[in-house]
Amino acid sequence: MRLPGKGLIAGGKPVTFSFNGQHMMGLEGDTLASALLANGVHLVGRSFKYHRPRGILTAGSEEPNALVIIGRGSHQDPNVRATTQELYEGLSARSQNCWPSVEHDVMAVNDLAAPFLGAGFYYKTFMWPAAFWEKLYEPLIRRAAGLGALSGAADTDAYEKAYAFCDLLVIGSGPAGLMAALTAARAGADVILAEEDSRMGGRLLAEDEEVDGMPAHLWVAEVLEELSAMENVRLMTRTAVTGAYDQGTYGALERVAHHKPRRHSLKDSHLPRECFWRIAAKRAVLAAGAIERPVAFRNNDRPGIMTASAVRAYLNRWGVTPGERVTVFANNDDAHRTARDLAAAGVHVAALIDSRHDAPDSEMFPVIKGAQVCDAGGRKRLESITVRSVAGEEKIQTDCLAMSGGWNPSVHLTCHLNARPTWRRDIAAFVPTPGAVPGMVTAGACNGEFSTAGALREGAKAAEQSLEALGLKATASDLPQAEDDPYRISPLWEVPGKGRAWLDFQNDVTVKDVQQAAGENFRSVEHMKRYTTQGMATDQGKNSNVAALAVLADATGRSIPETGTTTFRPPFVPVSIGAMGAGAAGQGFKPQRFLTSHKASEERGAHQLEVGLWYRAAYFPKAGETNWRQSCDREVTLVRNHVGICDVSTLGKIDIQGPDAGKLLDYVYTNTFSTLKVGRARYGLMLREDGFVMDDGTTARLGEQHYVMTTTTAAAGQVMAHLEYVSQALRPDWDVRIVSVTEQWAQFAVAGPKARALLNALLDDEIDSDSWPFMACGDVAVMGVSGRLFRISFSGEEAYELAVPARYGDALFRELVSRAEGLGGGAYGMEALNVLRIEKGFITHAEINGTVTALDLGMQGMMSQKKDFVGKPMSRREGLMAEDRAQLVGLKPIGAVKQLTAGAHLFNPEEPVERIFDQGYVTSACFSPTLGQSVALAFLSHGRDRIGEKVRLVDHMRGIDALCEVVEPQFYDPEGGRARG
Amino acid sequence: MRITCPICGERDRREFTYRGAALPRPAEDADLDAWHAYVNLRENPAGPLDELWHHEMGCGAWLKVRRNTATHEIHEVTLASDAGLGGAA
Repeated sequence: MRLPGKGLIAGGKPVTFSFNGQHMMGLEGDTLASALLANGVHLVGRSFKYHRPRGILTAGSEEPNALVIIGRGSHQDPNVRATTQELYEGLSARSQNCWPSVEHDVMAVNDLAAPFLGAGFYYKTFMWPAAFWEKLYEPLIRRAAGLGALSGAADTDAYEKAYAFCDLLVIGSGPAGLMAALTAARAGADVILAEEDSRMGGRLLAEDEEVDGMPAHLWVAEVLEELSAMENVRLMTRTAVTGAYDQGTYGALERVAHHKPRRHSLKDSHLPRECFWRIAAKRAVLAAGAIERPVAFRNNDRPGIMTASAVRAYLNRWGVTPGERVTVFANNDDAHRTARDLAAAGVHVAALIDSRHDAPDSEMFPVIKGAQVCDAGGRKRLESITVRSVAGEEKIQTDCLAMSGGWNPSVHLTCHLNARPTWRRDIAAFVPTPGAVPGMVTAGACNGEFSTAGALREGAKAAEQSLEALGLKATASDLPQAEDDPYRISPLWEVPGKGRAWLDFQNDVTVKDVQQAAGENFRSVEHMKRYTTQGMATDQGKNSNVAALAVLADATGRSIPETGTTTFRPPFVPVSIGAMGAGAAGQGFKPQRFLTSHKASEERGAHQLEVGLWYRAAYFPKAGETNWRQSCDREVTLVRNHVGICDVSTLGKIDIQGPDAGKLLDYVYTNTFSTLKVGRARYGLMLREDGFVMDDGTTARLGEQHYVMTTTTAAAGQVMAHLEYVSQALRPDWDVRIVSVTEQWAQFAVAGPKARALLNALLDDEIDSDSWPFMACGDVAVMGVSGRLFRISFSGEEAYELAVPARYGDALFRELVSRAEGLGGGAYGMEALNVLRIEKGFITHAEINGTVTALDLGMQGMMSQKKDFVGKPMSRREGLMAEDRAQLVGLKPIGAVKQLTAGAHLFNPEEPVERIFDQGYVTSACFSPTLGQSVALAFLSHGRDRIGEKVRLVDHMRGIDALCEVVEPQFYDPEGGRARG
Repeated sequence: MRITCPICGERDRREFTYRGAALPRPAEDADLDAWHAYVNLRENPAGPLDELWHHEMGCGAWLKVRRNTATHEIHEVTLASDAGLGGAA
């Protein structure tokens, strides 16, 4: 019920919204929860396990009960806390975890079955028969359990991530946070003040008190006015700091658009739903406040039973009373303010029940001392409470009970780096352990200092400490006057008695469950938590952790500090995966790299192949070709007989310059490059330090102190980092510089008997075999453009690679292909490239698979004996030199076979096809149109000594069993005459 | 986590890639045990450890970072080129 003229949003603009299809009115500044209470709605949802009717418990982000679904389809947000969802025009929310409606929920039958559904029930009940688990039990449990559901449609909302930097991050904008921010800002520090609420002020917005001689909220407004006028201050509302990380990094979730209608203005249409911030702060002040804890008593989960501070907040901030005949149940002085404020606002306070015999009296309402609430009646809305005292039990009619078991400081962030909080007996609560997070100090209620004056004092002090560490000086100023009442409490965790008393509302964990866990010897707090699921719901036990471990401590005869806490982990509030992964969905997750020839390839109908992030043309189908093999065979043949063009720009290109460039290459390659003549290229093999092959490629010497290395496409990044490592860490004395130029050059293979003829029509100066022999390289001019030409061959034909600055790539590719077609050739793709190299026995990373040595590849001759190089010492290990290692060979099928496949294993024909008889495996296989049969490259034990022998190739996956002849890996033109041509 | 690159200043750890313990490379003719230790054996202490990090998304510098593996506290960052990791040339 709304009290006219009461609250900070009084007189605000009316807002219409709907809940479960019913249209209602609220005010601008309302949360969904305050608006529902203003409309007399208490029943909001159903509980997790027992489907008990539930209402609104709190007024903050810790809310365990009042969870709703907002939106539909791809916009559906489940588990939205009504207490943090701001009201906007047209908001439509509905209850979740209930069917057919929140009023009549079929699954409420679970509540009757409660005796069978206690802690760990599924471990005990669904044990046998084992086969039932997957088919029956699990689907059943999955359907029955859980809170809100996703729609199943992909989330189409935009999310953002951002970085921020500051001298001081102040977390929380209550009295401590505001005072800290003000003190630091006045001293000139760059301050970020982060507040999870939509409005700054913290408890000062919820209390009827004075600060500096004026109503607290006006003092807040004054401070905010000063802060917002300062350039060194950034005020961030709706921003919950979710985690503390190393070196002063904090994660924060900003709810950017959750408070705006979906069809908002064009101006706002670019806004993301949420933004995940990473804030790098030199220092931080945690002023996160405290969370009031409920008391566990029978049926304490009835709608209408709320925390005392929440009732006060709804009254003082939103002008709403959650009941017309309110009772209060407390074990501390603080909750008396709820009764006082309600009575002052004209709300009938039926009684204040205080468990302490020495509770203060009041003239405004009856105080029942030394008494406890032991039961609550009314299923969908609280109707009465039962009060037990020495005088016996008494029933009191009430429609709202404000309860308070005291306050838990919000120590969460101080524990994110693995620290544990410290128990303070005098306030019966955990407080942060000093120094828990380097650079962070705590102030105010989160530090166990609950009075407003104390919070202001600690906020200023925390800022001063931080300023000192930053080398700044605080300007002297007086602290504002404020209430400084002592916090008096006598612990009360549970009211003993029959029935179920809730600890964890969200996961339906009762006092009995915790006691049962202890009884079954789950005595460790971590075991109890997992056995009962206490604290494992989306509120992460904010409302229940301390009470649960107090009950556990009692049940196991230990003290609370002995029992200890579970581990607090980020995030402090739920963070959507969308926000954490902002920018990394779809193509953001896997960027696409396109070649300069991509468009021209697409125009020719090329099928694209993903190679890492690159897209390369796999083949270029011609009219009439119905499968890739036809295109591939044609492309191979045109290279062998005429001339083919292939974009090879994806290969890593590393520019290496300096007086010691040759030395570096000698050190990273097994063979020697310092003696290579200028204008020549050489094939090189690179090892890892463990002696296995890392990569291969050609490196060309363009000048005395200038080389260009090519790497395989797959290893480009790895080789670059390796060269940097070797030159910086291992040989810093060498004068050499390295830079990746992969994307700066477009490079095309021109391969085939007519390659030179084609080039000579393009190059400004003609080339011949004398000036450009095999493995020559140098600068050329292509139709007036400066480029580089390398006479290297990955096809076995006379071949060249022509490189031009990337901006000419598209034009050159089109020109080359069109001229090749004029000569009977054309473009060829990755499939043909692969066949061409297998026919020649050239290796790729299919062969360089990380377990292969130079000896295995038959390249032991490339291991220089005259110099040290990376991998040399370890390559001499016995096991790496062993005779029975699998060695690279070629395979040709004997007789007609369907195909040979990579991944197949090799066996001796006379031995069983069993693992222990394994002789090796196939790494590459294809149909060779040049030879008219299938061929394969394989690693075979003792392979080089077995040329001419027969092996059995078996691929269980694809049902292939073929007899093959072991041959040399060079199937075609083994002497290499064609490339030298 | 934040690492202070001696060249670029303090940066988010996302700019860096991790390699492992910073160990000096044995001489080419060192015995196999020394090489085995260099390539395969690691102390894995719960405490301070000299590590190699690559400022790959920044200046490209290889760094020697002394980091407490238990607390992530970073004690010192120097350029790997000053760390003498090349051993006997």
